[in-house]
Amino acid sequence: MNVPIPASKWRVSDEMTAATKSSKTTESSSNIEGLTGDAAIARALKQCDIDVLSAYPITPQTIIVEDYQRFFADGEVKTKVIPVESEHSAMSACIGASAAGARVATTSASAGLALMWEVLYCASGLRLPIVLAVANRALSAPINIHNDWSDSYGARDSGFIQMYCQSCQEAYDTTIMSFKIAENHSVLLPAMVCIDGFILSHNVEHVELLPDEVVRDFIGIRDPAQVLDPDKPITIGPICFTDYYFEVKEQQDRAMKEVFRVYKEVESEFEKISGRSYGIYETYRTKDADIVLLTHSSPAGTAKAVVDALRDRGERVGLLRLKLFRPFPAAEIGKELASAKAVAVFEKCLSFGAAANPLALEVRTALYEQPKRPLVTDFVIGLGGRDVPPTVIVEGYNKTKQYLEKGKAPFYETLGVRK
Amino acid sequence: MSKKFNEIPMGGNILEPGSAMQYKTGGWRAERPKHTPDDCLWLKNGTCLLCWIFCPDNAVKIAEKDGKRTYAFDYDYCKGCGICANECPNSCIEMESE
Repeated sequence: MNVPIPASKWRVSDEMTAATKSSKTTESSSNIEGLTGDAAIARALKQCDIDVLSAYPITPQTIIVEDYQRFFADGEVKTKVIPVESEHSAMSACIGASAAGARVATTSASAGLALMWEVLYCASGLRLPIVLAVANRALSAPINIHNDWSDSYGARDSGFIQMYCQSCQEAYDTTIMSFKIAENHSVLLPAMVCIDGFILSHNVEHVELLPDEVVRDFIGIRDPAQVLDPDKPITIGPICFTDYYFEVKEQQDRAMKEVFRVYKEVESEFEKISGRSYGIYETYRTKDADIVLLTHSSPAGTAKAVVDALRDRGERVGLLRLKLFRPFPAAEIGKELASAKAVAVFEKCLSFGAAANPLALEVRTALYEQPKRPLVTDFVIGLGGRDVPPTVIVEGYNKTKQYLEKGKAPFYETLGVRK
Repeated sequence: MSKKFNEIPMGGNILEPGSAMQYKTGGWRAERPKHTPDDCLWLKNGTCLLCWIFCPDNAVKIAEKDGKRTYAFDYDYCKGCGICANECPNSCIEMESE
């Protein structure tokens, strides 16, 4: 542990950097940097050449706004950066800019997202493709700046597409893809790119950045569908009562269902330029698994390590890591999990008074139509940033095994809390 | 009124200006204005027109042809708000229950 590493092992001389750089440019012009999740998103936004960024800083999303303001101050971006006085105004400014045809992004978390609430529904109802990066953080009270998913899970019915990322690389990639998905004319809906506050937002990981021109060619310039134009005036956001409101919502619901197809198309295109893809969900050693763990974001990384450790001991266990929570891929997940005996859901959100919590509700609904319904256990973990070590996942796995023997499980339970 | 979800513009947007004409607000009316021509300054000497200026629904219809002036209400759009009756300096307009 304490053996000194000779300088040659860690020190990069000028010659070496030059050598790597020149060899890099010959094989591929991509470039790897150590970036936090927030910084990776800021870099993606910069490369997406957004027209307007209107945001209010809130921990743990602050670095995104800080970094972007620096790009702006240094003249690296042509973006109009609007430093608003609240999140309600941040989203409102985004709506106006997006209605005028601009490519728009904002970012928030926790209480900030809560203050945006009213306007979230306007963004989706008006069918404006706005990208909202969320560094997931617990809601007050008690006041807490650390990670759980209560903020964006609360906004699950707001009509936003929701994508949850497990790594800084995925946060970068997803931010780039999200513009292309949201701005697609079959979709035209706002999108949330969610990363776990602090766990991802403030941890440095290797991020492979694509060259500017590759990103620019990939997402192109936004082609707005219906736009505010003084020469061809239209009304955006008129009143809509009993006669047409329901039809407008029917449109919105159908647009949301188009996301599955568009996501896959965009990602296969993205794979061609980057070599990376994630899928609307990812399966890990699930093929012959009796028990499938189901979660997303950072606990999914921990769960993968747990699956490996348990597999070494001969347990038949796998993981389904969800990426797309809205729209929820119920049909595909239903089929994917149909052959499992039990599904153990781990989620960082407590839905007070509900039969179970948001993720498990979706999973149980997805499985209800399956002829041999797997048992579903729901474990609430890591609220307010409480650490989720592998032992918590193992405890959930062991409990699920016991419940499977009994053939009965509680609707949900909390894990990792002193009780 | 009976168009399906795929027959209307996205998000409830209105693509043609002036489409409020298609919505006949006359159906909201509980009281209708009644005009007595005797003291009306418009008919008398072509002045005043306070009712016409203040009407929020452009429902006061006035015309002048060959020196002959006419006055009418457009009951398709008159909501019966009574502003015209309130503004008339000669009390030529009365509100009557529908």
